[in-house]
Amino acid sequence: MKAENYMNLEFLSKSSNESFARVAVAGFAAQLDPTLDEIGDIKTAVSEAVTNAIVHAYPDRLGKISIKTKIYEGKVLEIVVRDWGRGIENIEQARQPLFTTGGEERSGMGFTIMESFMDKLTVRSTPERGTTVTMRKKISVRLSDRL
Amino acid sequence: MEVLTKSSDRNLTIRLEGELDHHGAKKSMRELERAVESALPLSATLDFSGVTFMDSSGIAVVLRVLRRMRELGGTLKLTKVPPQAKKVFDAAGISQMLTIE
Ligand SMILES: Nc1ncnc2c1ncn2[C@@H]1O[C@H](COP(=O)(O)OP(=O)(O)OP(=O)(O)O)[C@@H](O)[C@H]1O
Ligand SMILES: [Mg+2]
Repeated sequence: MKAENYMNLEFLSKSSNESFARVAVAGFAAQLDPTLDEIGDIKTAVSEAVTNAIVHAYPDRLGKISIKTKIYEGKVLEIVVRDWGRGIENIEQARQPLFTTGGEERSGMGFTIMESFMDKLTVRSTPERGTTVTMRKKISVRLSDRL
Repeated sequence: MEVLTKSSDRNLTIRLEGELDHHGAKKSMRELERAVESALPLSATLDFSGVTFMDSSGIAVVLRVLRRMRELGGTLKLTKVPPQAKKVFDAAGISQMLTIE
């Protein structure tokens, strides 16, 4: 499938970049004319994936995070968040609601939220090599698209 | 993220302002805990009207306050929760554990 448009970002795993990352992706997605609700879903899902990379992938150092965003025919938005950090040993377990290795400061709901706010979530990971989270969402077709 | 507190008669109201993500939570968690410990409230209210964004980091913050309030034998209520934050609470299934207005 050929992308109609794309936008790539790369930044350091500092928590001060969380806000910027989700706003940038939402800004790119704006050309699909999403509803306010859909913009909220996109921002939230990006925030979860980026926070995981900051908190879990690089627990005691700063590292590289990349976001690749594509638009496919039919108003389909794809967001790929990648890190080169610690990786996930058991992906199935990590995706369970409430599972966390993050202690008191985390609730273990990140993947569950990404899953419920996006249409599709794929997680690939290799311990000590890094993690790639791919999310897709079809933005609703609205009357204004027909004009 | 700003934390504004007001208390009287062991009623504590905390107004949160800004983005309650990991970055914001890191900054505000200690202030929130300090507010609860100094008021030792029987009823606490988290006013969400100024929260412009929230992710799972906010859930951990709310659960932490909820746990402490239960230890104190008090109650916790969330008010004026904007739709985006409400959706996160719902997806995490914690809307049933709390009073959300
Ligand atoms: N990019 C990553 N690199 C390494 N480990 C990860 C990564 N993303 C997630 N994990 C692992 O998967 C677990 C579950 O992630 P999830 O986002 O669901 O919950 P959490 O981050 O622990 O808590 P919350 O997202 O609610 O704050 C994490 O605790 C961590 O062990
Ligand atoms: Mg997480």
